[in-house]
Amino acid sequence: MESVRMRAAAGDAAVRQLALAGICELAVTRKGPDLPGAGAPSAGEQRDASLKIAIVDESPIRAAILADGLREAGLTHVELIPETHNLLARIYALDPDVIVIDLESPSRDTLEQMFQMSRVVKRPVAMFVDQSDAASIQAAVDAGVSAYIVDGLKKERITNILDLCISRFNAFSRLQSELDRAKDALEERKVIDRAKGMLMKVKGLSEEQAYALLRKTAMNENKKIVEIAQSLITAAELFK
Amino acid sequence: MSQTRLRIGYIPLVDAAALLVAVDHGFAAAEGLAIELVREVSWSNVRDKLNIGLFDAAHMLAPLPIASSLGIGHVRVPLIAPFNLALNGNAVTVTPTLHAELAAFADGDPADPLVSARALARVVADRKAKGASPLTFGMTFPFSNHNYQLRYWMAAGGVDPDEDVRMVVLPPPYMVESLTNGHIDCFCVGAPWNSVAVESGVGCIQHFGSELMLRLPEKMLVVRQDWADARGEVLAALIRALARAAAYIEAVERRSEVTASIAERLGVEPSLVSRTLNGVLKVAPDGTMRSTDRYILVGRENANRPDPAHAAWFYAQMVRWGQAPLSQEAAAIAQSVFRPDLYDAALGRSAPTDNGGPRDGIGAFVGPDFVPDDIAGYLKAWNLKRTGRPRLSIVR
Repeated sequence: MESVRMRAAAGDAAVRQLALAGICELAVTRKGPDLPGAGAPSAGEQRDASLKIAIVDESPIRAAILADGLREAGLTHVELIPETHNLLARIYALDPDVIVIDLESPSRDTLEQMFQMSRVVKRPVAMFVDQSDAASIQAAVDAGVSAYIVDGLKKERITNILDLCISRFNAFSRLQSELDRAKDALEERKVIDRAKGMLMKVKGLSEEQAYALLRKTAMNENKKIVEIAQSLITAAELFK
Repeated sequence: MSQTRLRIGYIPLVDAAALLVAVDHGFAAAEGLAIELVREVSWSNVRDKLNIGLFDAAHMLAPLPIASSLGIGHVRVPLIAPFNLALNGNAVTVTPTLHAELAAFADGDPADPLVSARALARVVADRKAKGASPLTFGMTFPFSNHNYQLRYWMAAGGVDPDEDVRMVVLPPPYMVESLTNGHIDCFCVGAPWNSVAVESGVGCIQHFGSELMLRLPEKMLVVRQDWADARGEVLAALIRALARAAAYIEAVERRSEVTASIAERLGVEPSLVSRTLNGVLKVAPDGTMRSTDRYILVGRENANRPDPAHAAWFYAQMVRWGQAPLSQEAAAIAQSVFRPDLYDAALGRSAPTDNGGPRDGIGAFVGPDFVPDDIAGYLKAWNLKRTGRPRLSIVR
């Protein structure tokens, strides 16, 4: 079955149709428990753990953060698709129930093509389809994530997955800005140290005195210490 | 007077020129509009952000508001298109290998789309006989001229786009790379990507979009129906700003000034933009040039006035390729998406009596004349062709 599906993904039309019969059967099996009234809640939760999730994200760190979060939540079938070449073929081969994609990925348009394959019975549906939940759509867009789910899955079953994705995407943004700030701070420190060293050498000051001089000048000029340090370095370069 | 703030989403392409110039050359400000342009990476994002109200308006593929208003492939959100940002502007680019194959299999001048389409059918059959993998064609979105133009072209030669070849959606910035590394053999996309492929020596422009259809809306200004109802005055001001910007772009003496500012927005060389606007293009890496006066029409020949007949044509393509079922009701909804009445009202103009264009408004290189009120009959004429009846005469 798997190899047939792989070959189908490679595009051989005849094989694809054969495989689709199989995929279609699979979809029906999975759809079964979602029929109204079927399955107890506890059984439903168990089945959620079996949901297969594909993450399409060119940022390997964010994808890893997201995958970890999903696994911690008990969703064990998580696959990362870091590279977007042949995206549809990979998705067909994986046959996921949920696809999570970074909103900044131009490959979203490629995913939209899945709506068009009239022969594919198992069709994905964009998260945006249910507009009744405006708050969650807004949160997803703000966080920069979009999710596609397979038709037939009840929305409630994946709400927690989407929530998790949103919070992980937000966590990544925070991490990214903290990292940027830390980098900036390190750079500033280097500049100040250099300026301090220059003052110590030229004016024969101690480290403490040099720093005090920089700070005093910054206060007088109503500027940041790093700005004064940078001007000092620039001026020194000019005098060379 | 305080300025009305608007957020408008767009994809960096030459066919967004009227919108970009309206903002960058003061036409929007003169109408009391402070426009924030938001650069997007996918049509899905543009559509979704317009749908949920993050954008007031958007630069959008002309068939997309019809799909959205009909609820095809996605949630139904009624959208309207009161301004056509550009007619034409696409091209079909092939690898040098496929270019040579088409020339080898051609029974005439392969620059003629009907000749190249028949040659394509022979290339496809030849590859099938040799057991080679099918040709792969890149286009930008399921509801796009790129999709419909490629399909129209290959079907004219007898190639079934769903059975004989592979059609893949690729983001425009990935097109050239995909052509380079052999993932695709051909693509149909807007400017500047065809020229970028030629410049990099990996592609030859086989056909201009305007050689396939003389007059086809490429991108429209699109807003939500409810937004247009609530903010009619603002929309009229926006239409006026766009119309002035479009006329400004067409004024030849200002071309270099305008191309520089458009190029800056798109992040490409100004020469790539001016080639497109002037319709003088390098079509092969060896320096072969081809020119046309209709490569892209930003403001001339009454290009900006939406034509419901074009909307009907797009709907007919959706039906032809199995994206939508045929119904009178859907055809009527499709036509009502394009709004010449709002365009006329904003500019104080009356409906023109004659566009001076092709007699069915489209001017396709082959096939029956398009009849907006008889889509079933139009499609039937195609079906007759497909079952091997004698070809209909070429309509130009």
